[in-house]
Amino acid sequence: MGKVLMKGNEAIALAAVKGGCDAFFGYPITPQNEIPEFLSKYMNEHGKVFVQAESEVAAINMVYGAAGSGVRAMTSSSSPGIALKQEGISYIAAAELPCLIVNVMRGGPGLGGIQPSQADYKQITRGGGNGDYQVIAFAPENLQETVDVVKESFEIADFYRNPVMIAVDGLIGQMMEPVDLDRPIRKRNLEEKKWATTGQSTGENRRIVTSIHLDPYDLERHSMKLFAKYQKIKENEQRYELINMKDAQFIIVAYGSMSRICRSSIELLSEQGIKVGMIRPITIWPYPKKAFDEIPASVKGILCAELSTGQMIDDVLISNNGRWKVNFFGRTGGVLPEPEEIVEAIKKMMGEV
Amino acid sequence: MNQIVYKKTKGLTDTELSYCPGCTHGIIHKLIGEILEELNVIDRSIGVASVGCSVFSYYYFNCDMQQAAHGRSCAVATGIKRSRPDSIVFTYQGDGDLGSIGIAEAIHAANRGENITVILANNAIYGMTGGQMAPTTLIGQKTTTSQAGRSEALHGLPMKISEIFAQIPKAAYVERVSLHNPQHVLKAKKALKKAFTYQMEKKGFTMIEFISTCPVNWGMTPNEALKWAKESMIEYFPLGVYKDSGDEHE
Amino acid sequence: MPKGRVSFDIEKCKGCMLCVEVCPKKILVLDKVSLNKKGYNIIKVIDPDNCIGCAFCAIMCPDSVITVEKDKG
Repeated sequence: MGKVLMKGNEAIALAAVKGGCDAFFGYPITPQNEIPEFLSKYMNEHGKVFVQAESEVAAINMVYGAAGSGVRAMTSSSSPGIALKQEGISYIAAAELPCLIVNVMRGGPGLGGIQPSQADYKQITRGGGNGDYQVIAFAPENLQETVDVVKESFEIADFYRNPVMIAVDGLIGQMMEPVDLDRPIRKRNLEEKKWATTGQSTGENRRIVTSIHLDPYDLERHSMKLFAKYQKIKENEQRYELINMKDAQFIIVAYGSMSRICRSSIELLSEQGIKVGMIRPITIWPYPKKAFDEIPASVKGILCAELSTGQMIDDVLISNNGRWKVNFFGRTGGVLPEPEEIVEAIKKMMGEV
Repeated sequence: MNQIVYKKTKGLTDTELSYCPGCTHGIIHKLIGEILEELNVIDRSIGVASVGCSVFSYYYFNCDMQQAAHGRSCAVATGIKRSRPDSIVFTYQGDGDLGSIGIAEAIHAANRGENITVILANNAIYGMTGGQMAPTTLIGQKTTTSQAGRSEALHGLPMKISEIFAQIPKAAYVERVSLHNPQHVLKAKKALKKAFTYQMEKKGFTMIEFISTCPVNWGMTPNEALKWAKESMIEYFPLGVYKDSGDEHE
Repeated sequence: MPKGRVSFDIEKCKGCMLCVEVCPKKILVLDKVSLNKKGYNIIKVIDPDNCIGCAFCAIMCPDSVITVEKDKG
């Protein structure tokens, strides 16, 4: 197909289809409406499933049903709608069902605003739903990366039998960039879904999808099984990009649209003779702790930059483990900083170390 | 002798039911099992268990089952039926699960005309959690959260669920039935058969509301509870067919 | 010769007495002495000769405890 200029949300929708999505269930919410709008036409024209549900709550439960019956199912929403889905996501993770959830993040808390934000970090990585579970979460920075990871998400979800969330902020959802939708993705060794309720079995062979384990020892066993799975994911699925690390004096840690802005800040600082590198998490869960082991000895401090009042900062502090001074820079509510603001934040840090 | 005129249906597993003695859940389970067996669809059915006393119904129905969060069965069933349209899909819900937290999902599944069968066990109380007031609790009925009796001023009037669903254009078949004696149990079975048959004929959304009992939380013996259901519940919740799209001319 | 015969899977019986109430020939009673393994008083058939094989008991039983046979003749 070659490269096509596409709007983020539409590219996400088409990438999902390319990744094998059989069923989409969603509800309108700004700024992701192009996803259900595109799919409402595409899925019906191609004999696949599309339902505009009565709420985000209903949509995530439709995903549960469809995924439980063995098909590749997804939903998309934005921060307040993702908040509504937390119960459903906990049930999906508990029942070990694969699915894709796309979160086009906007300002909060509450109804908040419709401008881009990264204030869902805790909701995503600390689990807004109840119990010991995680979603595998990606935070791509540009449309090509987004498209590639959307396509790959169904493979990853099926492989681990776990929900995968792709968190982009509203800027990425609305921007237009050239994308190649046919880049090959890494295929996983997938087993047949022998646990799925396909409506073909009775008796001992029948399939049951549930999250109930009333006996506490059973529930502990189940939670430990999930825990072991998450340990494996932490070992094998951390993704990150290292930018300009050689001889760096400071390291910025940022993802998504914030990392794009910080790239400009790094250039401005370089012009002023200040060497600054960046760790760009691509997975926010599992958090790329390994990246922090690659920080060179020349570094004097770390700046965590987010579109929030500070949520990823906790993971930066954990990964840092007391090695370097950590400062924070944030804008929130949907405000996007100028690159110069981050330049100033680095200079302030220079005066403190 | 030698002609068996009644034995346990193959539509249910061997697992013993965990319901209280004399609880009508058991009768409804039997009827569903019998219908699935008679229609020869046990091995292509997928049921959705809800949250309530019937939370473990997935141990009892002899087909694929999914357990849904409280109130979400109709959404889960929608996801299943749209993905597996050749399967017979049913939900099994109580008056709290469907009438309270799940009312939006149920109404919209009906409104979209989802080809599923919804089984509603209405016993006018929240059984599993110990006897709280339900949307269908009768005026004057004492529950743990209406200890002076349900009052219209404080709590509104009991919800007439079949009547509500009958008004939804894509609801194909809605009937309210009772289980208080063998004749009514057999009538209820006929209603259930019609509902599942309509699903097989792709006629749309079907719902059967069973007037049910909760002897323990009503503070009665099982037989007293059936009598109270007959004398008090049916007066407020009249039995009958509320919607039958088969009557309508194309 | 009785027209019908009922047999009970007695370990599954919960002594709820729905069957006792609906039997038109009143041949079923609660056994106030015997308990099954679950501790329930079970149902006993006190007058099997009068069974007409109507299956009302089995129809009402919530636990599918009862099997009913009828004379073919």
